[in-house]
Amino acid sequence: MVMDPSGYDPPVGLPTKVRIENLSYWYGDRLSLRDITLDIPANAITTLIGPTGGGKSTLLRLINRLNDLLEDTRMVGRIVLDGQDIYAPEVNVSELRRRVGIVFALPLPLPGTVRENVLYGPKLAGIRDPARLDEILVRSLNQAALWDEVKNRLDEPAHALSGGQQQRLCIARSLAMEPEVLLLDEPTSGLDPISTGKVEESLFALKKHYTIIMVPHSIQQAARVADYAAFFLGGELVEHQPGRGIFTAPKDKRTEDYITGRFG
Amino acid sequence: MLKSESVIGNKRRRFEIVIESLIRVLGFSTIGFVVLIFLFLLRQGLPFFFEVPPVNFFGTRWYPTFGLFGTLPLILGSVLVTLTAIVIALPLGVATAVFVREIAPGWAREILKPLIEVLAGIPSVVLGFFGMNIVAPLVRTTLNVPTGLTAFTGALILAYMALPTIISVAEDALDAVPKSYRDAGLALGATKWQVIWRVVVPAARSGIVVAVMLGLGRAIGETMAVMMVTGNAARMPITPDSLFRPVRTMTATIAAEMGEVAQGSLHFHALFGIGILLFVLTFLINLAAARPIFQKRRRGGLR
Repeated sequence: MVMDPSGYDPPVGLPTKVRIENLSYWYGDRLSLRDITLDIPANAITTLIGPTGGGKSTLLRLINRLNDLLEDTRMVGRIVLDGQDIYAPEVNVSELRRRVGIVFALPLPLPGTVRENVLYGPKLAGIRDPARLDEILVRSLNQAALWDEVKNRLDEPAHALSGGQQQRLCIARSLAMEPEVLLLDEPTSGLDPISTGKVEESLFALKKHYTIIMVPHSIQQAARVADYAAFFLGGELVEHQPGRGIFTAPKDKRTEDYITGRFG
Repeated sequence: MLKSESVIGNKRRRFEIVIESLIRVLGFSTIGFVVLIFLFLLRQGLPFFFEVPPVNFFGTRWYPTFGLFGTLPLILGSVLVTLTAIVIALPLGVATAVFVREIAPGWAREILKPLIEVLAGIPSVVLGFFGMNIVAPLVRTTLNVPTGLTAFTGALILAYMALPTIISVAEDALDAVPKSYRDAGLALGATKWQVIWRVVVPAARSGIVVAVMLGLGRAIGETMAVMMVTGNAARMPITPDSLFRPVRTMTATIAAEMGEVAQGSLHFHALFGIGILLFVLTFLINLAAARPIFQKRRRGGLR
């Protein structure tokens, strides 16, 4: 598997991009997140680890405001992006979602060609200039490590791509809008090891420009890519650490049990 | 103990076999009936194709009393009325389906869905009556045409009849679009309307095509309402104003003339000949409607 080619130094002193303050969240009566407070640094990969049902995906969806349309949910606390509460009434949700991209666990190509998929967001944002669109297309596909494989298939239906290519297409689709924050919810869960390696490789390149928050699909992957790691268990944030400390020297017994494979 | 169990087992097995063969007989008899109807149609209609030369048959004048059996005005009449009906019903039907599925609040959807299904149950003669007494005078006065019994009036009534089919099938198609698609669209910064128009509707496209084809099949076979409001003049609808002139459809011709024709006469066979044409047409439409469904099944997995 690919390791960070630059050799690993836990980044320190990075400014906070996303601040989660005393966040609690309920689906109906069921508590999903309990009083989470977490600073997410800019230009780094923050991984959210823990067993399923721990609230990791919910947290990602909240940062993108994707749960807005769900009924019977309740939230207290704040999520702050660059000093701005994203749930403040004056926030334009569409604009927020252009700044905060999300990639889901299952590849979800939209109906249409490869090109249409990548340019979906920019076109929605009102970009019409063909030269500009072409430039976005090439850049995004390159960043998602997909360009070489699809450069001759741009006008084929996106469904014709393999699963791994579809997932990287979805990453490219998010990147096309140059989001400031990229949320990745187990982006490699359906991928083979080679595609996974390619995606991880592109993450290392991407973090120079983007803030990445990722739910990895295994602890091994978390250990490979994490600049910061936060361990979630049953809706609680058990501990978080810069660097890979959480994997080598967990402070909490529960984290240690999870890392060493005693449960999860 | 063991013995009695095996006796019950045998009994049950025999019961199963009886039920199973009963179901099989019922299933095959449905197919059998369709085949028999088709054979009957062929038997009564085919002589016509042999006795009347194609020039007469595809002629432009339908005067059976004078031996003129030109079906072209009838075919074109059916096509004109049906296509116009679909042009009217397609945007209305899809828009209504989008509204019911995507925009209407839950309680409104609960009221609207059964209401739309009730629409499908209105007898066509009632709609024809309504068309004759309300729609036709309205068409005559607003468009200032000699008679309100026109192809356009028929298309309006047919559109209304095709709407429930189109709405409910299209709505099912929209419903089948996975929620994750909507999430993906929203996540890209699309507004609700953009998600509907650029993600959900395109994703449901094949289902919407099926909806329209089924509506088309319903419209082309409709007889009573059309007969009551289209004026029934077997003229060629080729002038630009044909839409606002009376026409006669294939179905109306059969229905109007079958009661007065001498059994076994050439005219009698001619009406069955039209029946064959109609059968082939609806069959083709249904086949076209079924194609996207089969394609989807073959592809399997994620759509």
